[in-house]
Amino acid sequence: MSQGVMVRRNVHIDLRVNGETQEASFAPYKTLLEVLREDLGLTGTKHGCELGECGACAVLVDGEPQLSCLVLAVECEGRSIETVEGMAKGAELHPLQAAFADLGAAQCGYCTPGILMTAKALLEREPSPTRDRIREAISGNLCRCTGYQQIYEAVEEAARRMKESA
Amino acid sequence: MKVIGKPRRRVDGWAKVTGRTRFADDIVLPRMLHMKLLRSPLPHAEIEAIDVSRAEKLAGVQLVLTGKDFPVTFGIMPVSQDEYPLASDRVRFVGDPVAAVIARDEQTCTEALDLIEVKYRPLKTIATPEEALATTEPRIHEYGPHGNIHRLQAHEFGDVEEALGSSDYVFEDVFFYEGNTHLAIEQQAAVAALEDAGGLVLYSSTQNPHYLHRELARVLQMPASRIRVVATPNGGGFGGRCDPANHEMVVAKAALALGRPVKICLSREEVFYVHRGRHPVLMKFRTGVTKDGRLTGIHLQTLLDGGAYGSHGAASTFYTGVLTPTTYELPRFKFEACRTFTNKPPCGPKRGHGTPQPRFGQEVQLDKIAEKLGLDPAEMRLRIAVKPNSLTANWLRIGSAGLAECIRQVVERSGWKEKFRKLPEGRGVGLACSAYMCGAGLPIYWNKMPHSGVQLLADRSGQVTALCGATEIGQGSDDVLAAMVAEVLGIGAEDVRVLTGDTGLTPVDLGSYSSRVTVMMGNAAIQAAEALKARIAEAASEQFQVAPNRLEFANGRVFLAADASKGMAFREAIELAEAKFGTLGSVGSYRPPDPPGRYKGAGAGPSPAYSYTACVVEVEVDRATGWIAVPKIWIAHDIGRVINPVLARGQVVGSVYMGLAEALMEEQVFRRLPPKLSNALVHKFPSLLEYKSPTSLDMPEVETVFVEDPDPNCPFGAKEVGQGPLLPVPPALANAIYDAVGVRIDELPITPDKVLRALEKKAKGEEPRVGPEHFPAVPYPEPVVVPPPWEGGDGNAVKGAGPKVKVPA
Ligand code: FES
Ligand code: FES
Repeated sequence: MSQGVMVRRNVHIDLRVNGETQEASFAPYKTLLEVLREDLGLTGTKHGCELGECGACAVLVDGEPQLSCLVLAVECEGRSIETVEGMAKGAELHPLQAAFADLGAAQCGYCTPGILMTAKALLEREPSPTRDRIREAISGNLCRCTGYQQIYEAVEEAARRMKESA
Repeated sequence: MKVIGKPRRRVDGWAKVTGRTRFADDIVLPRMLHMKLLRSPLPHAEIEAIDVSRAEKLAGVQLVLTGKDFPVTFGIMPVSQDEYPLASDRVRFVGDPVAAVIARDEQTCTEALDLIEVKYRPLKTIATPEEALATTEPRIHEYGPHGNIHRLQAHEFGDVEEALGSSDYVFEDVFFYEGNTHLAIEQQAAVAALEDAGGLVLYSSTQNPHYLHRELARVLQMPASRIRVVATPNGGGFGGRCDPANHEMVVAKAALALGRPVKICLSREEVFYVHRGRHPVLMKFRTGVTKDGRLTGIHLQTLLDGGAYGSHGAASTFYTGVLTPTTYELPRFKFEACRTFTNKPPCGPKRGHGTPQPRFGQEVQLDKIAEKLGLDPAEMRLRIAVKPNSLTANWLRIGSAGLAECIRQVVERSGWKEKFRKLPEGRGVGLACSAYMCGAGLPIYWNKMPHSGVQLLADRSGQVTALCGATEIGQGSDDVLAAMVAEVLGIGAEDVRVLTGDTGLTPVDLGSYSSRVTVMMGNAAIQAAEALKARIAEAASEQFQVAPNRLEFANGRVFLAADASKGMAFREAIELAEAKFGTLGSVGSYRPPDPPGRYKGAGAGPSPAYSYTACVVEVEVDRATGWIAVPKIWIAHDIGRVINPVLARGQVVGSVYMGLAEALMEEQVFRRLPPKLSNALVHKFPSLLEYKSPTSLDMPEVETVFVEDPDPNCPFGAKEVGQGPLLPVPPALANAIYDAVGVRIDELPITPDKVLRALEKKAKGEEPRVGPEHFPAVPYPEPVVVPPPWEGGDGNAVKGAGPKVKVPA
């Protein structure tokens, strides 16, 4: 960190998060991860490195999974951001969430929001992915607890449930 | 049974999938400040001066703390309280904290850290156990037997030399297991604040709030009754949050000094420095066998690289040997161990605590023995598997033991008989087994109080609340608590509200370590639930004019066992009980049985029960690149009784993942900077990218089988499942590689370069093995001599006894 001039003046922008437009004021160097967690109170998005290495901070930006620790929040003006807080409809869980809870895909639950968002993007593109496609899709999300097996099973189960109810 | 054994959504599942679980860094309090630590850039140095004046003047900085603010040391083990929250005169590894800045935001903290000037006088760095043994001065610590040795111990159960001398064969092998780290995805965080009347509350991602509570009281010199520790759900534990940590002490002190909430969240790099992970262990096994593959005696020597502080090391040292006799019949056993100090992040407990290392050596050596004797390694193990309800040579009491059935299961399911030594070149299978404890028989500090307490509250709303100090680290302890209470009371697990890990509200539980929670908390929960049930039954039975024991509790109802139509809702029964007895509540507690061994050192190893595991790994080795692919793993675990199959299987597969990770790639290793850059010993790669761990693409399919043989010491018979299944995976992998390409890799991790080196040696006609060549001379003491149970004696030492010492776990 240089000891020179720090830009301390906040930027002031509108962010569209989970379909809701919110006004936010924050230092321009802040990442999307930091703004979500610290300025918008959306602490469901996690971090395990803040260097783009673990996938815990994945959110959807315009439907694509992005590591929010590598995205500057100022770049997100006018884009659609989705976080884990936007998945459930009221008290009703998204099929991925329900399957993750039922099938043991969340142990400590710390990697879970990032994996849920990544899986959501996958199922939106490919409603019936093979197991290999699921493995590839979440290969950037580290999970230390599960050994991934129950995560695959939960994504497959969610895909099944979503097709049945479609 | 209605709840136990049924697959269910875990009680905290909803919170975890909605992002509502509040981890420590998710806590935000009004007027909260932030804290960061300045850490030593040198591995070993004296601190000559610290100047914090410029940092203190930076706008936004509220407080700067240094070593002089912390005169009292701490440490998880009473025998090694060797850490200062902030170092005052000496730093012992790169990452040792020396100062703290508390400011309005993290950015300001970071800027202020740059303004602190520390003058160091470098000292000789001790990088390895061999260097530690050879260096008498400087000493990293002023305690320990001498030089840079932290712990030395020796025990002999029967005359092992005599046993080896009369064996048909004696095998001698040296193995090495590299250190590695927990790598929980959550970076540790802690928030401290003042509560009403000036008491302190600390929210922290700790596995052991109770021990942290004690150490905080010691360091802050405050009565423990004015400190409350709340363990937030851990974003993975694996042993990495068992030690009280510097940042927890310092953030607490800062909040007390400033009267405002203060938060610290460690960076990933700092998490690598806090470490407390797997000890690197060099070990030598000398094992005697008969022609038909029975063990006659084992002489095991271990040498641990402990890093810069004691941590759990006194216990870890014991665990590199004490569980060796729990898997197979072993008439005599000698075990010598030594832990050294080095200038590296301290090692401590990681999943399996000290035991995966000797299991690796033992199980690989058994494979070599079977090969030499021309026996099938599965058959050989079946013949010598430890018997239920027996004592081991070192006086551990084995209860249920389903090892033989575990072996049969994996042999059958993997098609072992068709594959072993029969697959085409480059493909192979390997088998290994293990046993693990279900909680340490003794607490970390000696006392006669319960290891776990559960309190239940119930009221006319029908609500049942279960309180316990146990800590949810992802393993599912909250779910186990709810399930136990629900089963006894005949309600659903989701009908039990659980409140855990809060020293201000919940009865003491010693913490989430040594696979103790299911057994100890579970036994306490059943006791509490039975007491509550008795009251409810007494009140309800008056309605029907029957004896209370004629009632049954199930499906949310209380009814006559003889006539289910006569009954009432559980809630109505509670109303009757509340009317009859007043406010309803109950408590239960659990303390493990006294261990049979009475010699000095007998405190490490005893457990209420032992779990058993057998594993088969299949591999494909690319002879050109040394690359190892693992298509499938079969694992059978003797769990006693499954509580929630969804969670139990998750623990097994997660353990397999972590064992495979250690076997194939993970290593916490160090390098020296070039001389022009201080020559310091630094962590080779303190980042998630460079520290290689398996991704979803590396993880094979795992077939899990449970063997259920309920253990009478355990709640509903349930034994542990969180750690044991890790242990057989690394040796099974090594054995599979031998089956595939005929080379022995006697050290972990087994990387492609080692496989290639071994293949080259094989091609040249040399011994096709890569591993440590020799075991250094270690000044082990004269052993404590204890006759094994079948050679007379009463569990006491007959030589080298010394005073009986409680050795915690
Ligand atoms: S926090 Fe690890 S990738 Fe963003
Ligand atoms: S569930 Fe703990 S890291 Fe994935």
